[in-house]
Formats: sequence, C-alpha cells, structure tokens
Amino acid sequence: MSFRIRTGYEDDLRLFKTRESAIAYGLLLAVLLAAPFLIGSYFLSQIVFVLIYTIVGVGLVLLSGYAGQTSIGHAAFLAIGAYTAANAAKYGVPIYVYLPAAALLTGVVGWLVGLPALRLHGIYLAIATFAFALIVEEILARWERVTNGNEGMMIKPATLVGKPLGESGLYYLCVFCTVVVVLLAVNVIRSPTGRAFVALRDSETAARSMGVDAARYKTFAFALSAGMTGLAGVLYAHKLSFISPEMFTLSLSIEFVMIIIIGGVASIRGAALGAIFMIMVDPLLVLLKDGLPGLIGRISGSPLLQDKASVLLSAPGVKSLIFGLIIIFFIIHEPMGLDGRWIKLKTWLTQFPFYRPATFRRQKMYLKSERGR
Amino acid sequence: MLDFVQQTISGVAVGCVYGLIALGFVLIYKATEVVNFAQGELMMLGAFLSYTFIATLGLNYWLGFLACLVCMALLGMLMERLVVRPILGYPQFSIVMATIGLGMVLRSLAGMFWGTDDLRIETPFSKAVYHLGPLVIAADDLSIIVATALLCVILYAFFRFTRMGVAMQAVSQNMLAAYYMGIPVKRMFASIWAISAMVATAAGILLAPITFIHSNLGFLGLKAFPAAVLGGFTSIPGALVGGVIIGVVETLSGFYLPEGFKDIAAYVVLLAVLLVRPQGLLGGAMLKKV
Repeated sequence: MSFRIRTGYEDDLRLFKTRESAIAYGLLLAVLLAAPFLIGSYFLSQIVFVLIYTIVGVGLVLLSGYAGQTSIGHAAFLAIGAYTAANAAKYGVPIYVYLPAAALLTGVVGWLVGLPALRLHGIYLAIATFAFALIVEEILARWERVTNGNEGMMIKPATLVGKPLGESGLYYLCVFCTVVVVLLAVNVIRSPTGRAFVALRDSETAARSMGVDAARYKTFAFALSAGMTGLAGVLYAHKLSFISPEMFTLSLSIEFVMIIIIGGVASIRGAALGAIFMIMVDPLLVLLKDGLPGLIGRISGSPLLQDKASVLLSAPGVKSLIFGLIIIFFIIHEPMGLDGRWIKLKTWLTQFPFYRPATFRRQKMYLKSERGR
Repeated sequence: MLDFVQQTISGVAVGCVYGLIALGFVLIYKATEVVNFAQGELMMLGAFLSYTFIATLGLNYWLGFLACLVCMALLGMLMERLVVRPILGYPQFSIVMATIGLGMVLRSLAGMFWGTDDLRIETPFSKAVYHLGPLVIAADDLSIIVATALLCVILYAFFRFTRMGVAMQAVSQNMLAAYYMGIPVKRMFASIWAISAMVATAAGILLAPITFIHSNLGFLGLKAFPAAVLGGFTSIPGALVGGVIIGVVETLSGFYLPEGFKDIAAYVVLLAVLLVRPQGLLGGAMLKKV
C-alpha cells in the first residue's frame, strides 16, 4: 500500500497533493497550449468540443456528484448561454463582456430553477428540471424577436480588440475557460461550501441538524452548475457559429448526463474522461460502419451477411441504441465510471504484485426508501 | 359552450391514455421505488406489436390484443430481471438514467425493426361516430374512456381481493416485513413490471387508431409524468385523475390559447403543482428519515 503521510495542515490544503500530480497537470496544460502548432484543424476542433463538454461535465459533477441534485435539463442552460452570446454579438458587445455576463445570467436562471429544488428531491427534481428544459425549448422556438425561431441564428465571429479571434484564438479561449472552471470547481469542492454539498448529498436531515443551510447551498449548487453550462454555451455557439432550437433538445441533456455517468459521477477528472469518450463516439461509429461489415464478410465469407451488417449499422437508430447500452452497462458494471478504471489502474501499478480486485469490491447496497414509513 | 364540451371530451380521451401510462409509473414506483422512464417506450412497443399481430399476421383484434399483452408482460419481466434488479438500491439518479437508457434502446430497436414510417391498425370501432344531441363523439375516443374505466375496476379488484394483489401492496408498503412474512418479493417485483407493461400496452393499442404508430410515440410517455406527479406519484386513482386533468388542460389550451401553448401546457401545470403542492393532489405528505 502507498500512504500519503500528512505532517501539517498545508499538506491537506495544497492544490496539488503530490509533486508528481503537479508535474503531470503542468505537462497536460503545456501540451494543450502547444496543440495548435502540432495537430491539424480537424483534431483541434474535436478538442474544442471536448473542452466544452468538459466544462458542462464539471458543472454537472458539482451538481449531481457532489451536491446530489439531479438535473436532466442542462441543455436549456447551454441554450440560454448560447442565445445570450448570439444576441450580444449581434449588437456589437465585445466578447470579454458577454462571456462572463452570459455565465452570470445563466447562473441566475439556474438559481431560479434551484428554488423548487428546495422542496423536491430525487425523482421529482429530475422531472422538474426536465419540464423546465422542455419549456425553454418551446420558448426558443416561439420567441422569434430574440431567437429568430426555428430558422436559427448565425453568430458573428468573436473579435478581440477589433481583431477576429480565429480558430486557434477560440481554442485558446476554450482552454482558458476550462482551466478557470476546473480550478473553480476544485476550490469549491475543498472549501466549506463543497463539504456542505457532500453533507447535503449524503443526508439532508443530518446536514441540516448540523447547521448546514440547505436552501442556500442547494440553490448555490444549481446557480454554479448552470453558470458553468452557460459559459460552455457561449463557446458552443461560437464554435458552431449557427444555433437553432432543435440543437438543445432532451437528447443533448441526456448526453450531458452521460458524460458524468461514463466519466464517474463524483470526479472532476471523470468529467474530462467522459467528455473525451462522448466526443469520440461519433468518429468511432463512422469507423465501425466502414470497417465492421467488411470484417464480418471476410470472417464469415458470405457477402450476404456483410450486406446485412452494413444495412443494420447504417440504420438511423444505431447511435441511440449504442448510447442506451453504454448507459446501462456503465451503471450496472462500473458505477465509478472511467475514473474508477483510472484509479484501479493506478493502484495496480503502484502496488504491483500485491493488487487484489477485492480492494474495490463494492459494498452491497440495499434499497433505502425515500418515503416516510 | 358546445366547443368547450366537445374539446373536453376529446381531452378526457387523451387524458385517459396519459393516465394509463402514469398508472404504469405509479405501480412500479409504489412497489420498487424505481421510476420507469421507459414506460412510454413500453406503450410504443405495445402499439407496434399490435400492428404486427393484427395488420401483418391478420389476427382478430381481440386475439391480437391478448397476444400483445402476453408478449409485453414477458418483456416487462425480462427488463426487470436484466436491468432493474441489479441496480435496486443504487442512487435514484442512476436508476433514472438506466431506465432512460433502456428507453433509448427500445426506441431504436423498434425503429430498426418496424421502420420509420407511420403505421395504422384497423379496430372494430374505427370511423364509427355517436351523436349525443349536438355533440359528436368518435367511437375511438369512447373506446379509450370505457376501456380505461374497465381497467381501473379490474386493477382495483386485483389489488383489493386477490392474494397476489394484497401481497403486492404489502411489498410496496414494507419490503422487508413482507419478505419476513414469506412473500416472494422478487417474484412480486417481476409481476409488478409485467402488470405495468400490460397497462402500457393497453394504452398503446387504444391510442393506435387515434395517432399513428411511430417509434417516437414513446415521447408521449413524457406527458404522463405531469399526470403522475399531479396525482401524487403513489396513488393509483391519483394517476388517472392527473392524466385526465392534463389531457383536458392540454386540449383546451390548444383550442383557446395561441399556438405553442399546447405542447408545454402539461409542463407548466407540472411546475406549478411542484411549487405549490409537491406531494400532488391526492398524495399524502412525506417525511424523510435520516
């Protein structure tokens, strides 16, 4: 076993617990900063999407993983951020004003959505957030003066001091925002606020009897998470340069929740891993569609089977089928997500000959009722 | 006034379908505290199966109905065994997501199997119209209302008078105590899922003549959430009353309010109810233990 011996309070308060992790994250940042000079524009734009999804994922990790509040309506917050950016850009507001302003506005909306969360828990909250998202979706389609309805809106390219930001400029903006959001999240988690979130998640009654102001922290969690998502929305709008209501549907919200389920519900690193996974699904699916039928044909030697496979794989529902299976698989077999895999791998490496899978055996869980008895 | 009554009647018919789906939620939630987001997809699958049995295989309507019920009951049990039972006791959030995933799988499988065209079935009551004074009532609407009422009576009798129904009530009140009394809790869970799938199937087949059968029919299930919440989520009559209220509100707002309100009326009602009376109209107050 490897132990981390703490000899003073500073050891526990430091941002990076070990020097190795500080070096590792420094290297990661260096690679991200050097990326535009190393790789082509296709991969660069994929990384931009990964960063945007990471920001949303971090927001959801704070809300669902730490504060224990459910939301299946985060696409609405993304939409609010995106449409705020589109309108602000239309009137020539500079990006360094509307980027934080959109985050703030979305945060306020999130705070409002958090208000019913005070009286609701578990399933009711999930349904409420999802009703909110559907209502926002309808408003986007109907409020034509602001959102241009179903026709969608073009977004003017972002400019910084008169100069267009360009592709790599947008990339650096995304990296900057991601770093800020991740640092903010890490600092919230290791502060009294984060401990209050965890206390509320584990037992609201116990937390309240210890003096945690449930109302304040729950609404704050919502505001924070929504604000982060709104920030991501601004970047998303600029990345796509065109937004329309049908981009912010329930299935986008579900994709966001998948980020944290695949990554690991209570882990910032998990949010990044989940985001990478979600962005990679599409290219992988294309590869699968191109490669698998040929492979099947070669192995079985029958062209009929090959045709069958290619028809099946190009059916419209394949992506959602695979997403559904992934969700079920991760929830049943790896509730800790990819981050759990990462931790297991690390433990295996550090304790090499002595690793036992039983270290991570899950405790048996029993049905805990949410109803009063 | 005539318009109002006419619209209300068709609203009640739609509302009965919402109520039946909501009933499926409530049955499962009462017994296992799992909220099945795939309930709408079960309804869709029921409708598709009825198409296969009645339109493709040419079975008699009633025979096809019965065959669908049997198939869907088996599917419900299978879903419970494969997906839901392993994750009982997990955080509510995981369970919700798992059932959403299940719904996605069912929806895309149905799309692959039955295609994306709109399908239709012929029913014994298609196209018939009854005149009640100046009112015009379509037989399809009437069939939904009558069937829902009938189903309610059957379910009520089942839970009140049969051994199995009483055992299910015991399980939903206190699982552990029920287990100590020798009730096979696991089998009860499977049966609850079977019953709930059958109720959804009935809703799907009744709805099939009114709307087309399509793989997106399952999204109608999302409208049943407001119904279930309105009724208190643990109350069987509540689910039906909630469904009817949602159906009527939706139809009337589609008729009187500007375009766009019809689609969100149900959710506006839902949010209002959650803010004012989170335990629903017929639900009891909840207290939570540490």
